[in-house]
Formats: sequence, structure tokens, C-alpha cells
Amino acid sequence: MSESESLFNSGILTDERPGAIRPPCDKWKAKKSGLVIVECPQRIPCNPCATSCPTGAILPFEDINDTPVIDYEKCTGCAICVAVCPGLACFVVDLSFGKDKALYKLPYEMLPLPSKGDSVTCLGRSGEALAKGTVEAVIEPKRDKTYVIHVSAPKEFANDIRAIKVGG
Amino acid sequence: MTDISTDILVVGGGAAGLSAASEAASCGARVLVVESDLQLGGQLVKQTHKFFGSKDEYAGTRGYKIAGILLDEIEECGRGVEVLTNATVTGYYAEDKTFTVMRGEDSYSRIKARRAIIATGASERLIPFPNNDLPGVYGAGAVQTLMNVYGVTPGRRVLMVGAGNIGLIVSYQLMQAGVEVAAVVEAMPRIGGYWVHAAKIRRLGVPILLKHSIKEALGGRVVEGAVITELDDKFNPTGQERSVDCDVICLAVGLSPTTEILSHAGCKMRYVPELCGSVAERDRTMRTSNPDFWSAGDAMGIEEASAAMVEGRIAGLCAANSLGLPAKMEKLDEYWARLDHLRAGEVGEKIRSGIVKVSRGGWEACCNE
Repeated sequence: MSESESLFNSGILTDERPGAIRPPCDKWKAKKSGLVIVECPQRIPCNPCATSCPTGAILPFEDINDTPVIDYEKCTGCAICVAVCPGLACFVVDLSFGKDKALYKLPYEMLPLPSKGDSVTCLGRSGEALAKGTVEAVIEPKRDKTYVIHVSAPKEFANDIRAIKVGG
Repeated sequence: MTDISTDILVVGGGAAGLSAASEAASCGARVLVVESDLQLGGQLVKQTHKFFGSKDEYAGTRGYKIAGILLDEIEECGRGVEVLTNATVTGYYAEDKTFTVMRGEDSYSRIKARRAIIATGASERLIPFPNNDLPGVYGAGAVQTLMNVYGVTPGRRVLMVGAGNIGLIVSYQLMQAGVEVAAVVEAMPRIGGYWVHAAKIRRLGVPILLKHSIKEALGGRVVEGAVITELDDKFNPTGQERSVDCDVICLAVGLSPTTEILSHAGCKMRYVPELCGSVAERDRTMRTSNPDFWSAGDAMGIEEASAAMVEGRIAGLCAANSLGLPAKMEKLDEYWARLDHLRAGEVGEKIRSGIVKVSRGGWEACCNE
């Protein structure tokens, strides 16, 4: 078993796969409010991302086990899927946010809850600290205790920052 | 000793049992649910994560909220569903079709039921290792009960054994409760649970060590650590060992169907590894080989709660139908379509291959007696 295969088998995305595709670069850079990145590379019986998407950007599933496919023309970066996905596998990254900084819209279900203006540590897929970020907004779209935290952090980590650590 | 009689006895008030009770009562059956715990809801009440599946299985809703939805449904059935909690069915006497039930510590009742739906769920497996009797070694179910029912954290730092869905989800819940997870060890070369559950804890810094298992617990009076070992392709220790600082060892190494009553009732049983134990043969209506007995949920094979709820509906509908009540049997096809969808993916492959081994078509004829 190769190292990347064994990493993947333990829950770390190592490359693009069906259900875990990056947005096309040109569209992504230009898109106000950002585009969704779904990291759901396994066929499991689950479809709330598609059924909750208000614009149909996450295409309807033919089979509930389908992995998500995205129509980036339709995605508005609203981050409803970020709040709804039971696997916390949806993220939105807005590259139009600033010159050097992107806005990361990340799912968050831990304590303590950060507040706007807080400095947090931005984490990669194996929990490694990548950068410091600033909390720009704390939203609870579905009022169900899954928060979507908007964090501004360096753009260079657009393909890596997927979680935050508050405090410590 | 008191005597109770009912149309349909549902043994177990979890995801499958509550769904069965509600469905049977909606057809007009008098239903009695007997639950050994102090409250209804089974494992659902401990599940703080959002469920997968589709809207029909309450996808995106947290498990304990789903328990609330099912309890509301039961409430709406009014007197159609009676409930005994803190009551354990202890036996079945075929000669007079009577169940005995222990209520609390010292009161017994006899229940005469025309039909029974066994939704007893599952029990946790444990694995042997030196010192596994030290305080601090828990099953994952106990950890969930402590944290999510009683609001008590089990310790400071946990070693999780097993990376199936339960091991991964409970690791996440431990972190939500402010408990550190030192590592998850998994004997197989890949996680057994959903990949996204693993990714969730990986990005918070929890190592998942594949091809690793626990060798022994350390400590005098309580758990003070653990030794873990790497395994080779044949699951033998390679000699690569290390010690882990932890005060809790949480075992999430699988479940076994709870089937004593089904065996007691003479239902044809069969050992099916894919369903994680000895389970009853069943037809499409979830009826067993004993024509008075249906079963649903983990008792029929270890699977997700979403499937247990659909199986429960099938059993409730069909048990009511067998009593000549006005059951909308056309729903059976719809329920099976839902089950087929839930089991269609790669994760459902094991379930599908297991169910084939215990599915029998022969008893359907007696379904409309």
C-alpha cells in the first residue's frame, strides 16, 4: 500500500477524486462570495447537499449513493451546504475577498464558539497549523448548532485550510 | 404477577421498535412497546451527530432529534400504543404464546400478544487484552451514555480502538465534550466507517493508525495508559510497539445482534458474518420462520439506524396486516425501494451479500391469512 493510499484510507484527501474535485481556477478567482469545495470521495447513502442547494449547483443525485457533482456556474458560495452536510465535507473559499487573503467558510461544531474579530488557528487536513486567521462572521444558518465560521486567512492555503482551532 | 394482553408486542423501543409501533398503530393495531431502559429512544438519544440518508430518513437531523420525532409520532397514536419502560422481556412460552416481563427489580408480568416484533437491537463486542478489566476501559456505547445522556465526561484523554462509524463518531463527540483523543487504532488497512467521519477528526489533529491494535492496558487500579502494536497483513503483531498516554480506553470493535427471544421462539437462525452474528431468516415482510414473529433493525443484522427505521415500518405494517387490519400494503414496495437505495453503495455491499443468505420467499403466502 503506497503512503498516499494509506493516508487516504485513514481519512486524509491526497488528490482529486470523484466527489472531491477542486473548482476550476479561473472561475474560482473571479467568483464573488466564492465557490463550494466538496470533499466527499466515497459513495455513501446521503444527499442533503444536493437537496438543500438553493440554486441547484450541487446537481440532483440519480442514486442517493452518488458523490456530489457541481455546476460552478450556479454556485453562489452561499454555504447552505456547509451547514447542512452531515459529514462536514462542504467548504466555501472566496478568493475574491482581498488581495492576499481569502475568506474561508468552514463548518464548526466545537466549543468554544469564536466571535467576530477573534484570531484563530487555521488547520489543514491532518490538523496541522497552517496560518492564523481572523473571524469575520459566525453564522448558524439552520439554527441547529452547526455553525459556519467565516475566517479570513492567506490565499495560498485555499486548497488546504479546512478547519479552525479556537483558543490555545 | 399481572396479565397484559395486546395485539402486537414490540420488544425494544429504539429506532426500529418505535417505527414498527407507530406504523402498526396507524393501521389500527393495539400495540405494547416494552423497553428495558428507563426511557424510549434506544441508541438514537445518544446520537448528537447529523444523520446521513435522504429526507425520508431525516437526513441532516441529529439522532436525538429523530428520537423526538419518533416519540411525537408515538404520542399521536394516543391509546393505540402503550409503553412499558424499565421492563425486560425475559422469555417466551410458545405453548400459551405468552411472554414474561420483569418490570424494575421485583415485579413480573405476563404478556399475551397475538403478534410480536422483536427490535432488541445489538450488544457491543469487547476484545481480550491484558488488564481489560481495569476501570477506564469502556465500550463506546457506555462512553456515549455517560457524555450524551448524563453529561459526564469519561476522562481526560482517550485511546479509541476501532475506526468503524461508532469509533469515529464517538471520537468526534469526545472532542466536542472537551476530551482529548490520543489516537484511533484500527486493525484493518482502512477505516471501516464513512470516510467523511474520519476526515472530520483527522483535520482536528487526531491520528488514525491503520493496521494497529491495542496490546495491553497499563495501570494499577485504573487505566494509566496503553500499549499499542502494529499488525502485519495477517493481523499478527509486528513487534513495533509504543505506549500511549491515556486514562480511558474506548472499545468500538463492533456489535452483535441481540436475538435471544427469536431463538427462544424457535425462529430459524443462521450465522451470517456480514450481518455480524446469528440472525433470523426472514421474508420480504420481515417475518421470521415463526409466523407470529417479526423482527427489524440491528437484531436482524448490524446496519445504520436509517435502515432500522425502514425495517421497523415494514414489520409494523405487515404484522398489522396479518391481523386483518386495514394496512396499506402498497407501501411495502416503497419501503423496499428506500432500503435498496440505502444499501446500494459500496458501504452497503456487505449488508446486501449478508441479507441474501437469510432472505426466504416461502412465508409470504401466510402474510394475508
